[in-house]
Amino acid sequence: MIHSLFLINNGGDLFLEKHWKSVISRSVCDYFFEAREKAVEPDNVPPVIRTPHHYLINIYREKIFFVSVIQTEVPPLFVIEFLHRIAETFQDYFGECSETIIKDNVVIVYELLEEMLDNGFPLATESNILKELIRPPTILRSMVNTITGSSNVGETLPTGQLSTIPWRRAGVKYTNNEAYFDVVEEIDAILDKSGTTVFAEIQGVIDACVKMSGMPDLTLSFMNPRLLDDVSFHPCVRYKRWESERVISFIPPDGNFQLMSYHISAQNLVAIPVYVKQNISFFETGSSGRLDITVGPKQTMGKTVECLVVTVHMPKVVLSANLNATQGTYNYDPVTKILLWDIGKLNPQKLPNLKGSLSLQSGAPKPEENPSLNIDLKIQQLAISGLKVNRLDMYGEKYKPFKGVKYVTKAGKFQVRT
Amino acid sequence: MEWASQLCENRGLGSKMTDSKYFTTTKKGEIFELKAELNSDKKEKKKEAVKKVIASMTVGKDVSALFPDVVNCMQTDNLELKKLVYLYLMNYAKSQPDMAIMAVNTFVKDCEDPNPLIRALAVRTMGCIRVDKITEYLCEPLRKCLKDEDPYVRKTAAVCVAKLHDINAQLVEDQGFLDTLKDLISDSNPMVVANAVAALSEIAESHPNSNLLDLNPQTINKLLTALNECTEWGQIFILDCLANYTPRDDRESQSICERVTPRLSHANSAVVLSAVKVLMKFMEMLPKDLDYYGTLLKKLAPPLVTLLSAEPELQYVALRNINLIVQKRPEILKHEMKVFFVKYNDPIYVKLEKLDIMIRLASQANIAQVLAELKEYATEVDVDFVRKAVRAIGRCAIKVEQSAERCVSTLLDLIQTKVNYVVQEAIVVIKDIFRKYPNKYESVIATLCENLDSLDEPEARAAMIWIVGEYAERIDNADELLESFLEGFHDESTQVQLQLLTAIVKLFLKKPTETQELVQQVLSLATQDSDNPDLRDRGYIYWRLLSTDPVAAKEVVLAEKPLISEETDLIEPTLLEELICHIGTLASVYHKPPSAFVEGSRGVQHRRIPPRAGSVESAESPDVGQSGSSEAPPAVIPSQGDLLGDLLNLDLAPPTSTVPSVQPSMQMGAMDLLGGGLDSLLGGDIGGSPSMGAGLGAAPTVMPAALGGAPAVGGGLGDLFDLGGGVGMPTGFYVVPKTMWLPAMKAKGLEISGTFARRGGIIQMDMSLTNKAMSVMTDFAIQFNRNSFGMAPAGPLQVLTPLSPNQTIDVSLPLSTNGPVMKMEPLNNLQVAVKNNIDVFYFSCQFPLSLLFVEDGKMERQVFLATWKDIPNDNEAQFQIKDVHLNSDAASNKLQGSNIFTIAKRTVEGQDMLYQSIKLTNSIWVLAEMRVQTGNPNYTLSIKCRAPEVCQFVYQCYEMVLKN
Repeated sequence: MIHSLFLINNGGDLFLEKHWKSVISRSVCDYFFEAREKAVEPDNVPPVIRTPHHYLINIYREKIFFVSVIQTEVPPLFVIEFLHRIAETFQDYFGECSETIIKDNVVIVYELLEEMLDNGFPLATESNILKELIRPPTILRSMVNTITGSSNVGETLPTGQLSTIPWRRAGVKYTNNEAYFDVVEEIDAILDKSGTTVFAEIQGVIDACVKMSGMPDLTLSFMNPRLLDDVSFHPCVRYKRWESERVISFIPPDGNFQLMSYHISAQNLVAIPVYVKQNISFFETGSSGRLDITVGPKQTMGKTVECLVVTVHMPKVVLSANLNATQGTYNYDPVTKILLWDIGKLNPQKLPNLKGSLSLQSGAPKPEENPSLNIDLKIQQLAISGLKVNRLDMYGEKYKPFKGVKYVTKAGKFQVRT
Repeated sequence: MEWASQLCENRGLGSKMTDSKYFTTTKKGEIFELKAELNSDKKEKKKEAVKKVIASMTVGKDVSALFPDVVNCMQTDNLELKKLVYLYLMNYAKSQPDMAIMAVNTFVKDCEDPNPLIRALAVRTMGCIRVDKITEYLCEPLRKCLKDEDPYVRKTAAVCVAKLHDINAQLVEDQGFLDTLKDLISDSNPMVVANAVAALSEIAESHPNSNLLDLNPQTINKLLTALNECTEWGQIFILDCLANYTPRDDRESQSICERVTPRLSHANSAVVLSAVKVLMKFMEMLPKDLDYYGTLLKKLAPPLVTLLSAEPELQYVALRNINLIVQKRPEILKHEMKVFFVKYNDPIYVKLEKLDIMIRLASQANIAQVLAELKEYATEVDVDFVRKAVRAIGRCAIKVEQSAERCVSTLLDLIQTKVNYVVQEAIVVIKDIFRKYPNKYESVIATLCENLDSLDEPEARAAMIWIVGEYAERIDNADELLESFLEGFHDESTQVQLQLLTAIVKLFLKKPTETQELVQQVLSLATQDSDNPDLRDRGYIYWRLLSTDPVAAKEVVLAEKPLISEETDLIEPTLLEELICHIGTLASVYHKPPSAFVEGSRGVQHRRIPPRAGSVESAESPDVGQSGSSEAPPAVIPSQGDLLGDLLNLDLAPPTSTVPSVQPSMQMGAMDLLGGGLDSLLGGDIGGSPSMGAGLGAAPTVMPAALGGAPAVGGGLGDLFDLGGGVGMPTGFYVVPKTMWLPAMKAKGLEISGTFARRGGIIQMDMSLTNKAMSVMTDFAIQFNRNSFGMAPAGPLQVLTPLSPNQTIDVSLPLSTNGPVMKMEPLNNLQVAVKNNIDVFYFSCQFPLSLLFVEDGKMERQVFLATWKDIPNDNEAQFQIKDVHLNSDAASNKLQGSNIFTIAKRTVEGQDMLYQSIKLTNSIWVLAEMRVQTGNPNYTLSIKCRAPEVCQFVYQCYEMVLKN
């Protein structure tokens, strides 16, 4: 099982260690540092590193490496999932997951880690259980604690720990009962030079914020559940009812959680909301090149495309860009070689265009690789797959909750090749 | 222990140790301040102080000096304070075992507390304190907690059994905790069941043959019920446990599959992958014509695809597993090619894996898409990725015949880019395409020749030379081209030199008239001016062939070569089957059997997929035929580096897998110059030694039968198995891997490598004799020169059969220590003479001194103390053993395996001192004191002996044993 955890920042400083069995010397991290060095970019560090006596399984999140040490055969996915869960718990507790915040709350962090794993076995990882055991820090609480001398560690066994619904605690009370759902869809796509779709798919999630008293039993149904053939549910969802009736029936956790995620694959014809006309070329001589990019709407279902940003990863030899944008602003960072064009709202009447010249390192040969474009965008009030929530019913409680559904479509890994 | 403390005082290790320690690690003021605060009357102040202590501890500061003060805070009704003190205790108890005893009472009391949270906390913490004295007190409370009325306490206690087992396995067995744990599998609470399963699985890993997880239909049913109700982590443990079960028949198999399938929709990817493992394994048992079988196949694809939209680290592990699944059942993902297309911002480790799977999924139906993608990748920035993409194009051409032409033209386009590394990769793969489709694409040779000058990598140069030699008759200026390479002959790598030699001989045989001078030149370069024995040997062989019988030379050198197989890099089928049973584990990430590499997992059994019920096709691998790729079982490429693989490399580097049934002469083709050696290898020795088996990986159908019992042995695995064997006997005498003692060059073709071992009190010299000459060797004998410890052969060298060319035999020579004595320099030097029918050869080797450590080397304590004092201090030598990650007990166990006996152990200030004795065959006693500090990988070793010259060698033995 998970033996030890080391937190290491981007600069290579080891700033926290936790051992769940015997202590393992931090020198074991040398193997990690070696791999880190070899990878150049922090993103490229291999997730599983083999050392003579241990395995190091690591993730890179929020500029922190979470490095775990394994000594026996353990499912690596379990470890990686767990490390992400730790990061999420920090996020949940402290609002962000950064080196500073972890150092500031080191005792709570330590208490949390102790509570999440016992001898390397997961113990309590559900946010609501943890919060009953160890209360998250707030300014108000620390004031109250100093005055009354009470502690921020729960004294009683969390109610959810052993019930068959560990994700919800008993005795929740709200004056306003409300349930909100966000349907968020991300388009992952690769378009080729001519604008043809090479590959496209939709990654969707339904995030929920449910603040309801007691033990509400909810049923969410869709207008067109057939769209969903590849789904992953929060443990609270009753899978049998989904199989038989295609409705999502569940007793929700308290507060924010991800109800489900789904995946609509290439075969289902994913709509591509924008097109890009581009021409980036470099001249054989003269150390210069030209760039001309135009973005226009394609299948937007009548909605407006907002927050449109085009990112171009330029070849190393490009020194600067002298361009003219008809809309928005552009910025070329000569260090990272990234050209960022922030367009904003897409106006179908007057298409935004970025045009001008690029200057290259003098004497350098014409770049061998083609630059690649990444698109970022957002469309409110639309789930691009056409998924629509039909209704939400509640059983088990008497009150009438407020209900709401919001849709938004974003670009995920949306790439245009040149 | 009095004697030991005396010893300490003698050595000036007083109790002042602690003070000096913290002065160096923390500021004096800080510790004093904390001490005062910890002893404060105010609760709040106390708590804050403990928090500060914990904070210092987390960043690695040493606050162990505060132990008594912190432990004093333990008796409190404030739960947070209690927890903090527990955290501290777990960290430092090991270094202060006497102090830790003070905490026991509180623990035992807390285990009776009315609040289940406190009961659970107490038993949990106690299990984490790895001090023997505390574990003794743990048994009673643990027994109660395992039967506690509250399931929260029970589930905590279940894990605690695993902890205790880790510390003291015998105790757990004696106390009957394992049985109680087994009973918990039937607990009414699913979380308790899950933890019991997890604990048992962990314990089972260190218990090879125990029947801990005795699965039967009843327990399986209970596990399946618990599966639906426990936490996501519990589901992983239960699914992994289920995967070890072998259902009785296909109906049971189906019902388990049905109940596991809903897990495929879980948000936790580890749950999904564990469920995939269970399904992949159990569906083997289902009849293929069953409707449910088809349904199941369809259900497997979407969750696998979904794994690819997770975080990159998860993607990586998923991709490594998908790689296995695709090899086993290509039909599952055959329509999902596009999800493996590489995205610009994927991390490199994801990109490379995706590329690999794309090739595996490539088929006639999707080849156009794949090629378009690969061409796109060839213009990316990352050099490694670009290279792999170019190679992938070549693999496509070889795999999908219809696409070959397209691939070749794509490669030509890429060559036109003139990007150096792209051109070189392209040439390497084009060589393979020529071998797969001879006489089809030779028109491109002209284009290739244009790029001759830009090739600077050996592999590309060798490939180009091969092409020129092979098609010498169609290239007008072949002689000029080859001559240009010849100029810098000695600066080339061996690969290129060998290739050039062969190519010029080929050229000569094709155009004898104009190239006589050239061939003379290369033969003399190879035979007279080279230090490389391979090159020289090959040069001589060609020379003799050409001078004695040119017709035979033509037949040998220009023989028709076998076609290369279409699928490369396939995992050997038995290994694949085993890996499928281990989906989601580290083994599946490394594509190696679990026995090969995980430390401490001695008990891994080789798992096999159960045979399909009522099916006749289970014997031959049915899926290959189904996927339509080929009728014959896939041939596996011998991995480079093993014996025969190297020989094959002489001519053609990558995919030279051959069809098993072809007669030997045909199979060897151009490599036939090795003649009889290979024939004899093929003749009787398959399965003789693993390394040979590995070389013959091309014959998977023969292998398992020949190797009898060993289940997963196959091509390229020999080395892994050696490793596995080593892990199997952990505490025996450590045997150094064989080293080369006598290179073939110095002994007219006889090569000897060897090592020494002590087995059951008998010293043995293990040798591998290899005949690298052309003729048979017989009449072996061995003799030693006089040496420091009188070692001499106890019997004749047993080489019964003549050693034919290229054969290796392993012999074990028992040694005695009654021979004539003469002091050698260095002390452990041994001079050996070996005779055979050809000549007498001499070499010297050095044996580890531990060879001479006798089994009755355990000294009486009193004698030890007296002797230690008696030996003058001048005879004492101190050494540092660095980077040993063992605790003192493990170290002492290991040493005992080599007859280094620990007489006593004493712990002072967090430092374990081991007192050890050794007796040599000539009755010299060696006394040692080893100091081990927790958390410090460097040991200090003091050795005393009346013959101080042996100290250095004793230290070497310590170092060798502890590090291996």
